[in-house]
Amino acid sequence: MLRFALRRLAVALLVALTVMTLSFLLTRLSGDLAISIAGAGATPEDVAIIRRAYGLDRPLVAQFLDWAGRAAVGDFGDSYFFKARVSTLIAERMPVTLTLGLTGLAIALAVSIPLGILAAVREASWVDRLVQLVAMVGQAMPSFWLGLILMITFGLRLGWLPISGTGSWEHYVMPGVVLAFSAIPALTRLTRSGMIQALGSDYIRTARAKGLSRLSILGKHALRNAAIPVVSIAAVQLGFMLGGSIVIETVFALHGVGFLAWESISKNDFPVVQAVVLVLALIYIALTMAADLLNGLLDPRLRAA
Amino acid sequence: MSTSDRGAPPARSPNPPRQSPPLLEIEELRVTFGRTAAVRGASFSLEKGETHCVVGESGCGKSVTALAVMGLLARGARREAARLEFAGQDLRALSERQLSALRGDRMAMIFQEPMTSLNPAYTVGSQMAEVFTRHRGGSRRAALDRAADLLARVGITAPGMRLGQFPHQLSGGLRQRVMIAMALMCDPELLIADEPTTALDVTVQAQILRLLAELQRDLGLGILLITHDLGIVARIADRVSVMYAGEVVESAPTAALFAAPSHPYTRGLLACVPVPGKVKREEALGSIPGMVPRIPPGFTGCAFRDRCDHAAPECAGAVPRQQAGAHEVLCRLPPGWAA
Ligand SMILES: Nc1ncnc2c1ncn2[C@@H]1O[C@H](COP(=O)(O)OP(=O)(O)OP(=O)(O)O)[C@@H](O)[C@H]1O
Ligand SMILES: [Mg+2]
Repeated sequence: MLRFALRRLAVALLVALTVMTLSFLLTRLSGDLAISIAGAGATPEDVAIIRRAYGLDRPLVAQFLDWAGRAAVGDFGDSYFFKARVSTLIAERMPVTLTLGLTGLAIALAVSIPLGILAAVREASWVDRLVQLVAMVGQAMPSFWLGLILMITFGLRLGWLPISGTGSWEHYVMPGVVLAFSAIPALTRLTRSGMIQALGSDYIRTARAKGLSRLSILGKHALRNAAIPVVSIAAVQLGFMLGGSIVIETVFALHGVGFLAWESISKNDFPVVQAVVLVLALIYIALTMAADLLNGLLDPRLRAA
Repeated sequence: MSTSDRGAPPARSPNPPRQSPPLLEIEELRVTFGRTAAVRGASFSLEKGETHCVVGESGCGKSVTALAVMGLLARGARREAARLEFAGQDLRALSERQLSALRGDRMAMIFQEPMTSLNPAYTVGSQMAEVFTRHRGGSRRAALDRAADLLARVGITAPGMRLGQFPHQLSGGLRQRVMIAMALMCDPELLIADEPTTALDVTVQAQILRLLAELQRDLGLGILLITHDLGIVARIADRVSVMYAGEVVESAPTAALFAAPSHPYTRGLLACVPVPGKVKREEALGSIPGMVPRIPPGFTGCAFRDRCDHAAPECAGAVPRQQAGAHEVLCRLPPGWAA
């Protein structure tokens, strides 16, 4: 297991390095930064001053090494717009996004795993069909629309939940539910198909022949094998939730990283954009690695690979 | 000699006075998968301490019969029987919970598929121990000790090390022996073994057959053994049932069957065996021309008639079950026709 973990870590570091290079190149290749920063109506002299001030006149490799070296220790420089350290900005916003993403994932798993198991155990019955229908409807529902419906119903009409802000855990319930909805269809379907496959396998027949309890057959023997694709996709979904929650952060006025990214893109705040992209990519890599490790724990055959 | 039409249920006194019921009693077992009748009225019984071998070509319903007894048929299978009793207990009347209390404890099964029958996610030790702790309680440590002991008895060296291994780290032969040892964890009364020694070499096979004989002597284990290997049949069976297309076409004490096979199908199977006891290992059964037909529900007559050298027009009608002592044959031919 240790060798397996180290190998995964090495791969993750390599990918991280590639992502850093790409995210650096993307901002540099998308036009002359100094001109964008100076804005429309700036004189060539202004642009030249800005170019020197931000070190944009130096060779690309030097710029990259400089940036990467500082980024590696968490120093992304200053925001052009917010007049604050980029690292401070991200550190302020990250807890909101993480809380939202983890809430969304927890709700999604809490709903889709039992539903998937239920559908698999009752395969081809009306229960199964109902679950699949719910999953399909969930997939078709746009999240901003669901967000608004929830806000109107639970926030305005019933007054049960706050509709915006981040003051308490209650603020995360509705956005968490909306975020979860985007992951529930895929996770339910995967749990269902994994469980159906596992339940039809010879080792489940063995477990039944051993007279094991239903709980042990479903929860210990079948679910453990069915969980592997679910873990992989859950990691990907959490990645989406962290990086792609801009719509939901906007609808519910949660000032997280997604909202920050949106603001800084519209303001040409390149250091922030670059840092957000990099941090999210690193989180994504870490999630994938965590999923691989978890699957290695679940299935010993994967450790050998 | 009695002759009865097998369409009608056998005559029985309403309350059969029994001292000790057979370990396993199956009457008129039928299993259908949609339009396929896999088992069509199979009957046999097994006494405590007895070894009953079931032989027959591939696809004739041996495994399905075994799974039907254990209540482990695949989804979509329909099981019916006039009688299906384990130690006098009607297996059909038991709930899944009551059945699971019997399975693994008093009745155990070794499956035909050793490669896939162990859970890839758990160690050998964990899978062997759980059946013991489930039925007998006690500590995991005690269960693992018992597991190591049984692994040693099925001829696995370094059993302590094997307990910590996962199925994918074991060869087919080792997995098969793990399955055998696992089935024996709770000292069952009935062992259903579906081709349990196919992946094993001759010495190991002999060791396992010796172990089973020992358990039979010491604990009165009853064994229902499905095999293609007539050498094993000749060596250990007390009684043999020959299955064809879902029916038991002949059933007799082993010596009687080898001495006077009476069904043309049995004679065909045995044709490749010149002298009982001098059988080549894994001698191919079924050097009979043709294949086992797929039987739709509602089929009448003898299923073997298309391949039979002695077929006559009346073979398409009801087939009589003829009985001479313990020797039963499902055929219209008169007893002793082959002599
Ligand atoms: N799950 C299933 N669904 C449909 N048909 C099945 C199923 N299992 C078995 N059958 C059919 O039942 C018949 C008997 O199969 P069975 O496995 O009992 O044969 P067998 O005598 O054990 O053969 P072998 O010697 O190859 O193991 C076959 O025709 C098979 O196709
Ligand atoms: Mg079989």
